[in-house]
Amino acid sequence: MIEALINMVLLTLLAAIMIGVVRLRNLFAVVILSSAYSFIIATVLIVLDAVDVAMTEAAVGAGISTVLMLAVLFLTKTEEQKPKHSPALPLFVATVTGIALIYGTLDLPAFGVPDQPIHTHVGAYYLEKSVEETGIPNVVSSVLASYRGFDTLGETTVVFTAGIGVLLLLRRNRRRNGKNGETS
Amino acid sequence: MFATAAFAILVALGLAVARALLGPTVFDRMLAVNSIGNFAILMLAVFGFLTGRPEFLDIGILYALLNVIGTIAVLKFFRFGDLAHSGGEEPSS
Repeated sequence: MIEALINMVLLTLLAAIMIGVVRLRNLFAVVILSSAYSFIIATVLIVLDAVDVAMTEAAVGAGISTVLMLAVLFLTKTEEQKPKHSPALPLFVATVTGIALIYGTLDLPAFGVPDQPIHTHVGAYYLEKSVEETGIPNVVSSVLASYRGFDTLGETTVVFTAGIGVLLLLRRNRRRNGKNGETS
Repeated sequence: MFATAAFAILVALGLAVARALLGPTVFDRMLAVNSIGNFAILMLAVFGFLTGRPEFLDIGILYALLNVIGTIAVLKFFRFGDLAHSGGEEPSS
């Protein structure tokens, strides 16, 4: 009950922030507002009991994305220009896509129904045995870190490699800029 | 008791969001977003106790670190116009 209430308030705040993001023309403020958006959606995810997703959202959305967006703002202008075309066509496309997505959710099982396929496979086993087998109080964390440990290790390797690649690319770019001045 | 605390945090969160949306200068918005991050940490802690699982507190530490990094990144960008700046000196232009 109280969880639904908290989520309703948080989602209302999210809608308010999104309206602000759409209406503001100062991109610097938009980046800051999207950081706030990430923090609030992370709180929503925590209330929905998806702690690992919330942690990822806070780290990626509020941390790295803000820094990367600021780096992009350094390369462009911080004021958004007025759109040259009328917003009718994009609005139409967005509305139709939204209606199609909502229509698609009608076929999904209702929120929290226990007899979905995803809950009848190995989920019951994890829920029963995870604490005694792994000693991790959170079932999702135990699945990610223990039962699917090799999968997570592979993902971490991929992310680590990508990070090294980005670091190397940025380093080279900065050195060249230092030598040649403002060539891009 | 925790429900009351959660309600108070939601009210404060709403006020911070209002400041972030209205704030005339960038610094108002940034301070507001910093507060929103702090309220997210508080909400995390209170909600953990509300549902009887105070293990969430560990994640709050991560949020606090992210908050610091985000604020420093924004401030550094605002001061030097460049995140790769080594800092420590006045901007040349």
